Amino acid sequence: MKRHVKHLIPVAVLAVLLSLPYSTLQIPGVFDGAVNTPGSLQLLALCLLFAGLAVGYDLLFGRLGLMSFGHALYVAIGAYSAELAMKNLHLPLAEATLLAIAIAAAVSTLLGAVSLKGVGNLGTVGFAMVTLAFAQAGSILVGRDPKTTGGEEGLPLSTDKVPSAFVGVVNTVNLYWLALAYLVVVCGVVWWLTGSRIGRVWQAIRDNERRAEVLGLNPFGYQLGAFVLAGTLGAAGGVVHLLVTAGATPETTTTDFTLALLVMVVLGGSGTRWGPVLGGVLYTLLDHRLGAVATSDSVASLPAVLRIPLSQPLVLLGVLFVLVVYAVPGGLAALPRRLRGGGGGRRPRRERGEQHRLGVVEGEAHGTHPDRVASEL
Amino acid sequence: MSTLVLLTLTGLGLGALYFLIASGLSLIFGLMDVLNFAHGALVTAGAYAAWRLTGHLPFAVAVAAAVATGAVLAALIETVLIRPLYSRPKDQILVTVGLGLALPALVQGIWGADARQLQAPKQLTGTVSLLGAKVPTDRFVLIAAAIVVLAALKLFLAKTRYGLVVRAGVEDRAMVTALGIDVRKAFTLVFAIGGALAGLAGALGGVYFGSVSPDQGTSLLVFGFVVVVIGGMGRTDGVALAAAAVGLIQQFTNYYAASGLGDFAAVAILAVVLLVRGNGEGIQRIIRRTA
Repeated sequence: MKRHVKHLIPVAVLAVLLSLPYSTLQIPGVFDGAVNTPGSLQLLALCLLFAGLAVGYDLLFGRLGLMSFGHALYVAIGAYSAELAMKNLHLPLAEATLLAIAIAAAVSTLLGAVSLKGVGNLGTVGFAMVTLAFAQAGSILVGRDPKTTGGEEGLPLSTDKVPSAFVGVVNTVNLYWLALAYLVVVCGVVWWLTGSRIGRVWQAIRDNERRAEVLGLNPFGYQLGAFVLAGTLGAAGGVVHLLVTAGATPETTTTDFTLALLVMVVLGGSGTRWGPVLGGVLYTLLDHRLGAVATSDSVASLPAVLRIPLSQPLVLLGVLFVLVVYAVPGGLAALPRRLRGGGGGRRPRRERGEQHRLGVVEGEAHGTHPDRVASEL
Repeated sequence: MSTLVLLTLTGLGLGALYFLIASGLSLIFGLMDVLNFAHGALVTAGAYAAWRLTGHLPFAVAVAAAVATGAVLAALIETVLIRPLYSRPKDQILVTVGLGLALPALVQGIWGADARQLQAPKQLTGTVSLLGAKVPTDRFVLIAAAIVVLAALKLFLAKTRYGLVVRAGVEDRAMVTALGIDVRKAFTLVFAIGGALAGLAGALGGVYFGSVSPDQGTSLLVFGFVVVVIGGMGRTDGVALAAAAVGLIQQFTNYYAASGLGDFAAVAILAVVLLVRGNGEGIQRIIRRTA
């Protein structure tokens, strides 16, 4: 019975998302107009897009324990190379998208191999620093070549190469469908792989890389594969970002963009199914609403001590992020279980629930732990 | 010849700035395994402290205030936010990420997003003629500051009791704790030293660039990371060498190749070093191998 309910959740969520463009519901405080107005649909499309990007990022962060600080690079590669291919090579959107994804796959293979292979005993932290440095190089490249990339202005979408269904305010609903399709594809790929044998190996590598290696698995291959997959999914998201925001913006190249993805994932709950989706939607909504609050009259009349933090969405999001790390380890997705489980829920659910599914960990409990072997000798 | 001198000294000046940032980062990581993402925010805080006070007080006082701001902020961050999370290393990094986002945004909220001009005293804004080149004085100040800091750090690590604890902690933290030494005091101390150096880097960086801006610290932090990875974690000598190398290569590439390519070159060196060294522990291993 419970299993049926579990399978029904994605269906129910999808049904709600499919019906939103037909809804005339008013949600004051979240959307300015009814849900099916172009303004609300645009925001919703961004929410779904960032949910998809967060799920792709969590493939590295939550599933493999790889803290990449350079994921923005692949989103930017997607957006910029698709736009440049349409503008300079005069390719139609579909071919430009394929080209962008191919470039992202090549770049992520190269840089992923360098950062994974070379980091060695610096571990997580070395990987974080190196991916950050590579992404920064991309950001510099975009900033220093304004003739090609438009510099700080970014590049407007070459609308003549894009199917007319994706152009113009009247067609905002199609952008919503596109973003929803992206989210469904990313979730489909990531969830399916996580449930498969590959996902088990990922988990073994995340929990203990050395042990996985001793078992005869090749962590480097699996990590690189996941890195390339995350890169290509990110690039596809970059193309969607290009269409939804009608242009390639330099914001997609910055470290802050990656950090936003990291905040989404941790906020929602890393390594879980719904956490990154929830975090992506929530962060995007908060970011937009806080931006609106910041410019409102009620904030402008506050004393400086309150006004200044409230006028900067990043201050609030940063503080919220720190609070979540402290108060809700495991993110919002772990919250219901923690509340139900009472005070004993310090550890996020995946650590308690999923470990024994892995043969690797189970062996340990049955006496192959080195300490026990030593004491038996 | 004069171009060469100017480029070398400017590159070394930039390297000195990187060293001030990276030496703190590398000590913190070496001892505590914490990647301090808030380090850039400390640089920014120091820069703004110096900017607020220059013109009102002697410049030396402004720099001292920047150093103090960095140290106090870092000590606060360590004791209040990092210390409760010692059993959750990944969450420590996440907390510093949150701070790294919030603090520069707060600075931006108070003083605006635009760069603010830093009016350095006359003695620092002039130039010195050396071998036919007119070198801005602040380059020498930066290099001198980095040399003094390097010497002081080495003295501290080699001669003092806390330096001994820090060195031992970098080697094997569990053993030091098992011997009954309270490593946590050393943690706070190292964090405060790192913060003080970040504050100093902020103030001197303000002089070097002529202005301060909210995201200045974070963009410098990236090169701090590059230097730390090349130089090796917890190795002050390696970091100093790597900082000088990165600064020089950046300046020379910017001049002889194309402007902007220097930043690229710094990252390219990082990739090369990573590939060449494989599992090594920094530039020191390469030196040992070639020597």
